[in-house]
Amino acid sequence: MSSQTGTPTFVDRYPEEASVVRQAFLVSFVALGLGALFGIIQALHRTNVLRLIDSADYYTVLTAHGVLLVIVFTIFFLVGLYQWAITRSLDRPAENITFTRAWLGLMSLGSVLTGGTILLGFVDEIGISADVLFTFYAPLQAHPLFYTGLAVFLIGTWLAGVDWFRSYLAWRGDNPGERIPLQTFMVLTTMVMWYIATIGVAISVLFFLLPWSLGLIDTVNPLLTRTLFWFFGHPVVYFWLLPAYLLWYTVLPKIAGGRLFSDPLARVVFVLFVLLSTPVGIHHQYLDPGIAEGFKFIAMTNTMFLLLPSLLTAFTVVASMEHGARQRGGTGLFGWLKALPWRDPAFTGMALAGLMFAAGGFSGMINAGMNINYLVHNTLWVPGHFHLTVGTAVALTMMAGTYWLWPQLTNRPLYSRPIALAQVVIWFGGMGLMSNAMHVSGLFGIPRRTAEPQYEGFDFATSFGSVSELNLQLAIGGSLLFVSTVLFLGNLALSMGTPTRDGLGQTLPPALSGPTDSPAVLDNLRLWTVIALVLVVLAYALPLGSIVAESGLFGSGGNPYPVVIEPLVGWIDPGAVIEIFHDLLEVLP
Amino acid sequence: MHIHDYEKLWLGLSLVMIVGFIATVTYGAVGAGVEMIDDSGDTVDPNSLADHPEFGDPGVEQVGPNEYDVHVIARQFVFQPDPIVVPANSTVTFYVTSADVTHGFEVVGTNANAMVIPGEVAELTVEVNEPNEYGIICHEYCGSGHHDMEGLLRVVPEDEYDGGDR
Repeated sequence: MSSQTGTPTFVDRYPEEASVVRQAFLVSFVALGLGALFGIIQALHRTNVLRLIDSADYYTVLTAHGVLLVIVFTIFFLVGLYQWAITRSLDRPAENITFTRAWLGLMSLGSVLTGGTILLGFVDEIGISADVLFTFYAPLQAHPLFYTGLAVFLIGTWLAGVDWFRSYLAWRGDNPGERIPLQTFMVLTTMVMWYIATIGVAISVLFFLLPWSLGLIDTVNPLLTRTLFWFFGHPVVYFWLLPAYLLWYTVLPKIAGGRLFSDPLARVVFVLFVLLSTPVGIHHQYLDPGIAEGFKFIAMTNTMFLLLPSLLTAFTVVASMEHGARQRGGTGLFGWLKALPWRDPAFTGMALAGLMFAAGGFSGMINAGMNINYLVHNTLWVPGHFHLTVGTAVALTMMAGTYWLWPQLTNRPLYSRPIALAQVVIWFGGMGLMSNAMHVSGLFGIPRRTAEPQYEGFDFATSFGSVSELNLQLAIGGSLLFVSTVLFLGNLALSMGTPTRDGLGQTLPPALSGPTDSPAVLDNLRLWTVIALVLVVLAYALPLGSIVAESGLFGSGGNPYPVVIEPLVGWIDPGAVIEIFHDLLEVLP
Repeated sequence: MHIHDYEKLWLGLSLVMIVGFIATVTYGAVGAGVEMIDDSGDTVDPNSLADHPEFGDPGVEQVGPNEYDVHVIARQFVFQPDPIVVPANSTVTFYVTSADVTHGFEVVGTNANAMVIPGEVAELTVEVNEPNEYGIICHEYCGSGHHDMEGLLRVVPEDEYDGGDR
């Protein structure tokens, strides 16, 4: 940690893997920057503070914001972090670095296809668009390139999992009988969950939406594709969350000054996510016609039990922090809180993210309540909720984790720790304001996903405060979040220019209660996979069967929107493209 | 496997809370009779709603002493009919379907809320008491004019009620 004789950094030991991790992070952060820009445009537009764009273009902005942040930002960060975690914890290089680069390349290609198709929606002349939002509910239709990009991206993530399982199996060959290292265990269980979860979206895209957008089939069944989307759409939130959990379990205790409380409980938590993440997706469809109440009830019950791993995590994380604080000399019932390293942006970022996750957990419990959900479904309450979870618990942990990890990937120290500290605190404050305003607005019935929640025939009745106060709060919060993102990206960009130096290496201490305390069955990934698949079949076979029986595999009609005139070709008129470049050059300074 | 006593306590309390949540939802459904939207509505062909016996002429229809059925079509970017007029102190069942893409149907400020999916009919029953006016909004993105899609539900005094379209 100190001089030239200190611990070697990750980049010292695994330069090629470190380069892959850096590349994944860079794609992730480009998406974060663009997503934040689209975020502030929306926050100011829908609150009518500042309208820079036409309201019809709002939905292009919203689609880009959603897809760039929850697909590109989060998942590229995940693959970078997991490549680091698997290499570090197995202490062996990738089996074949060309393969590793190939899956990262496929994911990038897919992201460029999908992201580019969305952004082309700003240019009407080309006639290519994908204004279908993150959920792409048919019969809203995107250009075939949108779905193609999604498929390529998914294949890239599947191959990433293959790469990590290969590393694990090679390690297992050399280390028979040893327990799976904790970080590797987390990577592998996350990928098992991901393989199961993506079955739904892969079927929806490959067998229905892509052929339909190419004009090969006339109609799709909107309820079926929607249900297949949510088969994937709920577990994907844990795909965002589990990298944050990996950091909370394995890095946060160290930077708090201590050690993880319990390795076995961490394994139990990840196994519970494998089992319960997928058979719950119908809780996003409580208000859907065509799905029997009993199926919704099953999803609700599973969802409530899915609270358990997060509640266990809350305990472990706080206990590990308390242990760290006491190691640092903290005393008293709550006095130990003062002994925590609050000046360290990596610590403070993760601790504040954890705090916000608790709040997000509570609003999530309300969403999960099948009957009270009727009050908040599709209101601004819902984005209020997920800006606490993915928007803070995940995003802020990822940014804080970057502050800790980046120097070990580059041998360059962070440009400014005070700016980093200010950045995480501004994020916390900005999200506090924005998310509070969103939750309250939702209770008054103000909808999500709209450019102008101002109506001619009626006004929203507020039981306290006023809609304009809430809008102001939302706009200020959104602006703070944008400032925070700029500080994060700027600080990181400047960190690429700081002089290299030795001694930035960090080690991770073992848990207080180690893996040998836990039953070996926890490491039986085959068993958990089989049980998870059985639960998925129990939760989904009957509802999917009844949807197909009621309204057919391809639905009972309905037309795509927007109407694409030449369905089979994404035909681009070269003249129009040249004209657009001319227009762009004139706009640029 | 060693689990700390405090952690066991926490685990136990968490499970109690989870079971409690499930119990409240169950009570809401079984005891208090909160009805969910389910698969009781029919399926329809969104391309031929004009030929449908009910959706061919959407609107309010009295089906019992204080009971009314309302058939509503959501389409880009209107609700039909608009406004919807029903008498106070009655039980109203909405049947909502879509003529094109997925929409939402929310009576603002209440829990009368449904997804409107082409091919499916959302059926929801509400009790209306005092005369009042409620906004109806589409809460699911349905195209470039989504933000203009609104309607009105007017609950009028029983003696002023005169059919469903005034």
